[in-house]
Amino acid sequence: MENKIVAKNLNLWYGEKQALKNIDLDIKEKSITAFIGPSGCGKSTFLKTLNRMNDYVDNIRIEGDVILDGENIYADGVDTTILRKKVGMVFQQPNPFPMTIYDNVAYGPRIHGIKDRKTLDKIVEESLKDAALYDEVKDRLHTNALGLSGGQQQRLCIARCLAVEPEVILLDEPTSALDPISTLKIEELLMELKAKYTIAIVTHNMQQASRIADYTAFFLIGEMIEYGKTDDLFSRPQDERTENYITGRFG
Amino acid sequence: MANNSGDKELVRSANMRSIYDKKRRVSDTILNGLIHLSTGFALTIVLVILGYIAFRGVPELDFGYFINQTSILKNTVGILPNIINTLYMIVLTLLIAVPIGVGGAIYLNEYADGGRFVDLVSFTTEVLSGIPSIVYGLFGYLFFGIFMGLSYSILTGALTLAIMVLPLISRNTQVALDNVPNSYREAALGIGSTKWYMIRTVLLPSAIPGILTGIILAMGRVVAESAALIFTAGAVAKLPSSFFGHITTSGATLTIQLYFEMAKGNFDIAFVIAVVLMVIVLTLNFLARWISMRFDVNRIK
Repeated sequence: MENKIVAKNLNLWYGEKQALKNIDLDIKEKSITAFIGPSGCGKSTFLKTLNRMNDYVDNIRIEGDVILDGENIYADGVDTTILRKKVGMVFQQPNPFPMTIYDNVAYGPRIHGIKDRKTLDKIVEESLKDAALYDEVKDRLHTNALGLSGGQQQRLCIARCLAVEPEVILLDEPTSALDPISTLKIEELLMELKAKYTIAIVTHNMQQASRIADYTAFFLIGEMIEYGKTDDLFSRPQDERTENYITGRFG
Repeated sequence: MANNSGDKELVRSANMRSIYDKKRRVSDTILNGLIHLSTGFALTIVLVILGYIAFRGVPELDFGYFINQTSILKNTVGILPNIINTLYMIVLTLLIAVPIGVGGAIYLNEYADGGRFVDLVSFTTEVLSGIPSIVYGLFGYLFFGIFMGLSYSILTGALTLAIMVLPLISRNTQVALDNVPNSYREAALGIGSTKWYMIRTVLLPSAIPGILTGIILAMGRVVAESAALIFTAGAVAKLPSSFFGHITTSGATLTIQLYFEMAKGNFDIAFVIAVVLMVIVLTLNFLARWISMRFDVNRIK
């Protein structure tokens, strides 16, 4: 399996506080990589460095490299618009825009200059189908997206992300605000999407990681403790701290 | 710790009572009464003023007032020039103040790096809104009127009022932008939107009710203002001779005219103007409410 993203010796500080310490991690193409660990361990922070969503945080300092397909995303003169088209993000709280369902999905393509109605119609339909939401909303594409249920809103956010045809999808605890049924739907969806996309997911839920992830990385207080195939990590953890965490002794 | 154990006693004794054993609390009753009394008082004042103005003004209403200017030669009395001047003043003031106020607020909220500079500007804006309007009048007269040579004109008045309503507009815009959830910003930036595209397509539509409320409040200030206008916009009540040229001529708004009529003891016409002003102000207030509901994108229809 090819490496899609390679993080090399990544360090990150919020002001004086170091939040990531010497992270080296490869994300494999067309697979699901999960980041697990207790709150405040740096897993979300790390995820956000992968498409530079940390740029907007005050007093942040990042050292090291993140290589996407051989290109360093922290190099000078990187266009974050194109970076984030390639590396999309889905957040913890479903955050559809206060617009119609259609306009939500069409938002990304419109940024990149697509205006033709027919093209947009097609993108919207395909993205919603890929996000397993189309059948539920096809009769109300032009109603406000805030009227959808939480689980539907999150799948809409995934559709919105898919609409710009990304290569990588980053998900930051995408199911933590959802009920179990919606959670299972999203997990099933991600399993389907990994055929086409590279997926990195932060999760609080170890069962979720073991259910869907091909690779899992365990973070603790800003360090990456262990990384490997999910089965190996859960059945034969190399590090004592990993074992303590996955057996529920802390966290 | 004697006090503490006493409190515990109290809490415990509450358990002894039946839930049907409702205690009458005297302080509650008094406070309740006072609150109702003050509400009633406020409402009465509004009704009395509105009622009195309507009582004195409505019988004097005459269609002639609305289509004529006051002229000794033609023997007509009318407030049409003042109505036109007021409209000019509103439009011109907003044309100057809205782009600066809204633009400034967007810069402060979305672009500036926070810290000292933003604090300083916010503080300045707050001070600006506390200055008595006659002081704006003095400044406007000397700076725009004399120094910039615009003399008494609607433009001088509008420039002066624009400074005056700027805090109102920028403050409301800032609050409106603050209230837009951060998740919208993240979502837009997260799929590759540029900052300005995000502001244009997500932030402003979400903030528009708040921004419009500020603008309409500013309109209310313009309509109601007299002190800042008397030495800037001047006292002439003539119909415009040219559409754009009128901007540079002296023109008294309704409020200024009301002041002159009162000074001359013409209470009949003064009350007519008062009625017109009340109608405009009430309309603007209802408009503000309607707009903030109508354009609220976060409301699910």
